[in-house]
Amino acid sequence: MSGLIKSSIARKVVMALSGLFLVTFLVLHVTINLASVISPEFFNEASHFMGYNPLVQYLMQPILIAGVIVHFVMGFVLELQNRAARDINYSKFKGSANSSWVSRNMIYSGLVILAFLGLHFYDFWIHEMTYKYIEMNPEDPTRYYAETVEKFAPFWRTVIYVVSFVLLSLHLWHGFASSFQSMGVNNKYTPTIKTFTKIFAVVVPLAFAFIALYHHLNPITH
Amino acid sequence: MGILDSKEPQGPLANKWTQHKNEIDLVNPANKRNIDIIIVGTGLAGGSAAATLAELGYNVKTFCYQDSPRRAHSIAAQGGVNAAKNYQGDGDSVYRLFYDTVKGGDYRSRESNVYRLAEVSSNIIDQCVAQGVPFAREYGGLLDNRSFGGVLVSRTFYAKGQTGQQLLLGAYGAMNRQIQRGKIKSYTRHEMLDLVLVEGKARGIIARDLVSGEIERHSAHAVVLATGGYGNLFFLSTYAMGANVMAAWRAHRRGAFFANPCFTQIHPTCIPVSGEHQSKLTLMSESLRNDGRIWVPKRKEDAIAIREGKLKPVQLSEEERDYYLERRYPAFGNLVPRDVASRAAKERCDAGFGVNKTGEAVFLDFASAIMRYGKEKALTSGMKEPDDNTIRELGEKIVEAKYGNLFQMYEKIVDANPYKTPMMIYPAVHYTMGGLWVDYNLQTTIPGCYAAGEANFSDHGANRLGASALMQGLADGYFVLPYTIGDYLSDDIRTGAIPTDSPEFDAAEKDVRDRMEKLMSGTGIHSVDYYHKKLGKIMWNKCGMSRNEKELKEAIKEIAELRKDFWENVKIPGSPDSKNQELEKAGRVADFLELGELFAKDALERNESCGGHFREEYQTPEGEALRDDENFKFVSAWEYMGEPSAAKLHKENLVYENIKLKTRSYK
Amino acid sequence: MKLHLKIWRQKDASTKGQMVDYTLDGVESDMSFLEMLDILNEELISKGEEPIEFDHDCREGICGTCSLQINGRPHGPDTMITVCQLHMRSFNDGDEIVIEPWRAKAFPVIKDLIVDRSAFDRIQQAGGYISVNTSGRPVDANTIPIKKHIADTAMDAATCIGCGACVAACKNASAMLFTSAKVSQFALLPQGQVEAPERVQNMVRQMDLEGFGNCTNTGACEIECPKGISLENIARMNREYLSATVKG
Repeated sequence: MSGLIKSSIARKVVMALSGLFLVTFLVLHVTINLASVISPEFFNEASHFMGYNPLVQYLMQPILIAGVIVHFVMGFVLELQNRAARDINYSKFKGSANSSWVSRNMIYSGLVILAFLGLHFYDFWIHEMTYKYIEMNPEDPTRYYAETVEKFAPFWRTVIYVVSFVLLSLHLWHGFASSFQSMGVNNKYTPTIKTFTKIFAVVVPLAFAFIALYHHLNPITH
Repeated sequence: MGILDSKEPQGPLANKWTQHKNEIDLVNPANKRNIDIIIVGTGLAGGSAAATLAELGYNVKTFCYQDSPRRAHSIAAQGGVNAAKNYQGDGDSVYRLFYDTVKGGDYRSRESNVYRLAEVSSNIIDQCVAQGVPFAREYGGLLDNRSFGGVLVSRTFYAKGQTGQQLLLGAYGAMNRQIQRGKIKSYTRHEMLDLVLVEGKARGIIARDLVSGEIERHSAHAVVLATGGYGNLFFLSTYAMGANVMAAWRAHRRGAFFANPCFTQIHPTCIPVSGEHQSKLTLMSESLRNDGRIWVPKRKEDAIAIREGKLKPVQLSEEERDYYLERRYPAFGNLVPRDVASRAAKERCDAGFGVNKTGEAVFLDFASAIMRYGKEKALTSGMKEPDDNTIRELGEKIVEAKYGNLFQMYEKIVDANPYKTPMMIYPAVHYTMGGLWVDYNLQTTIPGCYAAGEANFSDHGANRLGASALMQGLADGYFVLPYTIGDYLSDDIRTGAIPTDSPEFDAAEKDVRDRMEKLMSGTGIHSVDYYHKKLGKIMWNKCGMSRNEKELKEAIKEIAELRKDFWENVKIPGSPDSKNQELEKAGRVADFLELGELFAKDALERNESCGGHFREEYQTPEGEALRDDENFKFVSAWEYMGEPSAAKLHKENLVYENIKLKTRSYK
Repeated sequence: MKLHLKIWRQKDASTKGQMVDYTLDGVESDMSFLEMLDILNEELISKGEEPIEFDHDCREGICGTCSLQINGRPHGPDTMITVCQLHMRSFNDGDEIVIEPWRAKAFPVIKDLIVDRSAFDRIQQAGGYISVNTSGRPVDANTIPIKKHIADTAMDAATCIGCGACVAACKNASAMLFTSAKVSQFALLPQGQVEAPERVQNMVRQMDLEGFGNCTNTGACEIECPKGISLENIARMNREYLSATVKG
């Protein structure tokens, strides 16, 4: 088993598994976010549950953070190896002839998403942590909706979010189906997986972007 | 028997090999560890021999000029490998395979060798399947067979159109296993430049590292040459660009007799030459002749019009076409053996009926096969009165399923769609039956120097049947040489390692260095290719598909002159102390320039027509080959005496106890 | 036609190389790409310059020796062929053609356009075979029936010619397609399944040691492979590797 993490294939499997894990998280995330558009009350309830349920806070949250870290650290390691594998570059390299732009530039879409995560953590996670554990504020199950909508008031933040969702879409466009290939799944279901990937890669980021824009355009009027 | 002792075992034909194996000496496993063997060439024969000898315990060194053993030209064999398995239950047997091979070779091969080949053939298939060679299979899961030219049974095993590749990769895998075990040391991008004899025995080679240019000495207790054929003598051939005769020729110069040099196979279905720039010819599998009909226009005006592009072949009606093979050989039609089909194409083109711009091509037409298959398909799918277009479409699909990859290859090279317009083909040099003379043990006339596969002369007589080259290469390497070499090496168990600092090695290395220096000192303006192309033209025009005394004599003179010019003038840039492809080529062409002359001399001496050797003076009134069993039922084995012109002929008389000699007829 | 060629020249492994410009006139459309280079070389020799060295041998698309990156693509603009099968009719008068060697750390340049692909041999030596003795007497070839589609799929994987186009095309210079072709061939056949777990582990270990990159599943290798080896083989190798490693 020790060889597992050292080999190129195992590393790719780690990428695939952590990626798929993050994909499932995205589903959860987008579902709850959509609630903010439909029902502020439900959104508040769900957010409060997530924020104070010990299982979510002390088990799922660390796993999620670990998943993100593993995915991007492994991504960097692989990228460095891949760069080292071609020590002298071609003076002319026509990748467009045989592969998609997104598949060749996962590192860039990934980096943008990572940078976005920095902002996103600052916006929400740090805020939450400060609110709950540093300032030790009392529980308030009704604050989430307003806080969220307020975040999208500045135009610049909304733009950054929307652009990042476009990059997320590109990342998923290749990454989702690719993770199955990395884990050795390439069979009669592969075309279905690929089609599903494309739908997923468009629908989920579109939903995120829609939510951001919606809240930007519909500020809470006091 | 004189100087040539074939060492054929006595006794009934069917028992010879078994009996021989029982009687020869063996080397015990502990002693094998003290014995080194050099194998030059890593194709089917060399690769399989290396793997097997290493597995037996010998220390093996392999040499190949390619960057990997996997690239030897055995890889290009398309059709298949014969074996007397009789899986089809169509009456095949060891005897029948033996008989077909001897007859196909026009009775110029040694009975006992060919019988052994047929005997071990079925073992090859077992072996290769165990190695994971993915032969074609039927729906029931058992191995499939196809039938090949000139025989009445289906005994050819195949892996798509890449049988040679799969068998070679099998042998390469077996080699790799031994390399991993440390029993084979593989020297790639290395070329053997000379054979070293110590006390009359082959004890090593001088090789050049083609990357660094370094000259190296390698010693061993025996040397196996499995370096393939010498068809590149003709410049244009279906051989790999690097294929050469150097190893065999160096051995010849050191005392190994060269047998039947003039026996060359010219394959009828190759893509024609398109211009002066051409470097290489591409074979279209013989299997195409099952469905393609070969023709030229009946009228010369039409041929000229086609050549000039004023007329399209499809515009000619059936009556305006000359299906000359069907006309001349009604019984076999388009499926006559290779030598016959090739000569007939040349005859038509020489008479002015050639159909490409150089006038050296005939048509191979699938139109009637497409319509025939299409009709059949329409019938079986229950169509009522389908129109011609529908039939053609259906037929094209069937032809595509059978020959799709070949049609695609043709289209890529020629840029014409063979489904819509007939293919153009012309014969090309494809295989050489001649090679180093070997006895029953595959030993040359130099003790300790063996030759296997196409490099030896042994099994195909004057013409090789389709799918037999692969069979012979693997039989020699997997099943013959590993036994017979032990008989010789059993005397060497106390010899110890052969030193490489002996005077013999010094002298051989000096020869090699002098020769290279001389090559590099040319003062003229022409490159190696210039001379090679000139030699090729002489060979093709005067020693090609048909030969006559006058032209052979001219060829001998011209080649000798060309050789002289070459040695004085050839221009080789760069230095010998680094990678230098021009120098590599020059060394090879230098040897071709000697062999070419011997080739012509051999053809001149053989006053008969047999197999691939057609002498215009010896033909029937209908233009068929006229063999002379009374005077030429022998193997010509040439001894090197300085210049090719001085080479001395030794004859090994061929004895046929189990086969009655007949005239081949395909009418 | 007249062509402007930009060709990588490098004296030997230890010397730095650079792109050099050549202009070649009189190229005909029915020449093969390598014949075009032959003509250029003849010109160079007649001018007393050293010809451009490139690897080639069978010139019929099966030996896997030829290995040129042409205008940014392995084996040039056409698909399902090797350089030796590429013809000049794929180019136009006045075209600029950039010719480079395969680029990978595991394929160091030997001279000009020639690279050292012995890493491929070492991957095969690590396990690309079935450990049966060639001198032994195996069972009859028809003892184990194999389903036709299994044999055909194994054959499709086995058609790999080891040219290295997959590595050359891959943005990561990964050798996964090459390695997986052999792993697949033997994993599919009953004869090869006996030692399949050891084989895949040994071959992958060697592949990694040689310094090839990882697989990003871009699919470039599959498109550029002159024999059309499928990405399914990579998935199969991943499967085989995982199951071999998990089972220990």
